[in-house]
Amino acid sequence: MDSLAAIKQTFFQECEEQLAELESGLLAIEGGIQDSETVNAVFRAVHSIKGGAGAFALDDLVRFAHVFETALDHLRAGLLLPSAEVTGCMLRAADVLADLVRAARDGGSVDAARCKALGEELAALDPDGAGTVPETDDGMDGIDFAPVLVELDDLDALPAPSGRHFTIRFTPHPDLYAKANDAAVILREITRLGDATITCDTSDVPLLSELDPEGSCLSWTIRLRTASDAAAVREVFEFVEGDCDVAISAEAEEDGEDLDVAALLARLQGEVAGETAEATAQQLIADETPLPGSEVIDLSEVRRQGKAHEVAPEPASKPEATAASTAAPPTIRVDLDRVDRLIDLVGELVINQAMLAQRVFEAGLARASGVAAGLDELEQLTREIQDSVMAIRAQPVKSVFQRIPRLVREVAALTGKTVRLVTEGEATEVDKTVIERLSDPLTHMIRNAIDHGLESPEARLEKGKPAEGQVRLSALHRSGRIVIEVADDGAGIDRPKVKAIAARKGLVAADAVLSDEEIDNLIFLPGFSTAASISDISGRGVGMDVVKRSIQALGGRISIASRPGEGSTFTMSLPLTLAVLDGMVVTVAGQTLVVPLTAIVETLQPKAVEVHGLGGAARVIAIREHFVPLIDVGRELGYRGNDADPLDCVALLVESEGGARNALLVDAILGQRQVVIKSLEANYRHVPGIAAATILGDGRVALILDVDAVVARSRSDAASHETFLAAAG
Amino acid sequence: MSMTILTVDDSRTMRDMLKLALSDAGFRVVQAEDGVHGLEVLRLEAPDVIVTDINMPRMDGYGFIKGVRSDDRHRAVPILVLTTESDAEKKDRARRAGATGWIVKPFDPVKLVSAIRRVAA
Repeated sequence: MDSLAAIKQTFFQECEEQLAELESGLLAIEGGIQDSETVNAVFRAVHSIKGGAGAFALDDLVRFAHVFETALDHLRAGLLLPSAEVTGCMLRAADVLADLVRAARDGGSVDAARCKALGEELAALDPDGAGTVPETDDGMDGIDFAPVLVELDDLDALPAPSGRHFTIRFTPHPDLYAKANDAAVILREITRLGDATITCDTSDVPLLSELDPEGSCLSWTIRLRTASDAAAVREVFEFVEGDCDVAISAEAEEDGEDLDVAALLARLQGEVAGETAEATAQQLIADETPLPGSEVIDLSEVRRQGKAHEVAPEPASKPEATAASTAAPPTIRVDLDRVDRLIDLVGELVINQAMLAQRVFEAGLARASGVAAGLDELEQLTREIQDSVMAIRAQPVKSVFQRIPRLVREVAALTGKTVRLVTEGEATEVDKTVIERLSDPLTHMIRNAIDHGLESPEARLEKGKPAEGQVRLSALHRSGRIVIEVADDGAGIDRPKVKAIAARKGLVAADAVLSDEEIDNLIFLPGFSTAASISDISGRGVGMDVVKRSIQALGGRISIASRPGEGSTFTMSLPLTLAVLDGMVVTVAGQTLVVPLTAIVETLQPKAVEVHGLGGAARVIAIREHFVPLIDVGRELGYRGNDADPLDCVALLVESEGGARNALLVDAILGQRQVVIKSLEANYRHVPGIAAATILGDGRVALILDVDAVVARSRSDAASHETFLAAAG
Repeated sequence: MSMTILTVDDSRTMRDMLKLALSDAGFRVVQAEDGVHGLEVLRLEAPDVIVTDINMPRMDGYGFIKGVRSDDRHRAVPILVLTTESDAEKKDRARRAGATGWIVKPFDPVKLVSAIRRVAA
């Protein structure tokens, strides 16, 4: 990738950050926070986007950002008050700006009508009442903004010294030097324009003892012969306007008469105060010295301005005073590949440490020996390094959460409901990959919560609830996992309806006796959709089953709690990282397997009285008055042909999604260990019933069991269990 | 020895673009993210020219320029303001703070470089 493309990529990344900043700032302002730092931050966000967009010639984006920025500037200046109408308009404008950024990035198109409408709406906010956007063919072209580039002379091309003669009188003020400009540099610039004869006037230089080192006592007269025009000559003085007296007079080539410019200017300044200097100057010249073809450019009005502004009368602002407001901890940007490489290496370190521990153990060294003690310390350190490295990949869920307000606004507008979004725990951190893959399921759940969960404002008022519905999105850490909840205060799940739909679609038997919890969980079944009509919002063929599957793919679980009339809460529990896993190391038919600890509820030694056959190979085990299907892992994975004797085995009671319990039979438990996950698909191929692989302390590869997949396989083998269990349970 | 240019801009995009343009021209580039950071950098660096943005968090360009000018070591360093603002009032404010010159974004790298060479004595 060339550097410019890389910078463009940076620009779009930065845009995303600015857009997030913009939205959260606008929401804060909408919420009544009006401190100048918030308003400034919002302004800066749009300003930065405009600046970068200009650099990449993204004209549509620049135009819209400019109109937006103007409105924000009024807000910043206090000319515009942040009424609900104003913030609402600005939030919608922020959405359009986001669309424009994405269109510029991905090459898509934007809703031109919406863009135009918002542009006009923003312009209409102008407190001067000049809120009209000039009509043009494509909507936005008429807005008065074009990036202006100050013309600096192309210095490489030296014009031929012919053509015009200029006489320039240049008298710097002390300010010119105070701003780090240098008369010598300016004189050098002039010589580049053509043949210059420079005379220095030293008549004002005092005795050394009286010299003010910061004063100015030299002036110059330059006779210039150049092909450039007066504008080019004037441009040399562009940066020092106001900090010097400059008088430039031009004469035609054939005009040999020398003009006393200084004397003329002195007269001019005396006579033309308050009038347009140049016009009067020309008039005067015409009156006094009829010189056809001559022009005089007088910068004296600039000088007067300059004198009014004495240099630096205000004290320099104190860094400490302004720094306090938004000081963020210092950060560095690191290539993700480097972090991942580090994580890989730490993974190797963990494995190596485990192998070393195993060797030491096998060598029969005493626990109290120096080697063992050192090894313990190494293990501690390894754990800490691992945690620290994982923390590098961790990011606050804020990046996902902050996209939600816009979604809520859009869905609320489409469904005609009023919704208040409450977010909690935005700073909760989780692995970057988890965050990235969280966005889609979360979006869908929020849509569902508003579309299906919340009632219409009228229905809510009838029930004695406030018309405004609430959706709460929260994140918190709980026992090494991140728990994300989406809760609404709507009607809750309509259980009779859900059951009827499930029965009609053949997902459950019509006469099945189901607990409330089981009914609630029916909505996670593939092919289930509670929406009576396929609405615009959630009925897009993506059901809660897809949400559930994407959560599971991240090693997470999702559950639902619902109370009729009070609302529903969806709870997702996800691992903090996808790189390591706490696992139970077990043996099955001579193979070593790892079972994710999060899936295991308890382990037990089956007794003869607890195991019951169901005819065929199917068996169940009674655990505290409940019958749980018994699944022989060795048989499911094809390690052995016949079921092992449960009495020689250990049963792992596992809970799969929806709370269904099964008992997995394994030969023995070797221990509990944190293992580094290695993708099996990347290194080998997908194996049914296996989630991934890892390397154990003894250097052998062990497979990590995909508990849900194993359970699902065994179910499809023996679907008859279900009916029996429904009857028995 | 090549000239050192300090660029002060809160936008990473703009910093990257400046770095690209200025490094290509053979300058050594040091960067700061805002006025406060810029003044911090100036404790360690003595750039030949400073290019600064105006709209920045923590400390804006005006404050930064005043800070530079009030430091004896950097009183004479040329400061170019690089900003999207082109209105006279803001230019004037920058000038009063002590800016040497200004360039309006988006900038043409060739012209930026020539402006830098022009103010660097």
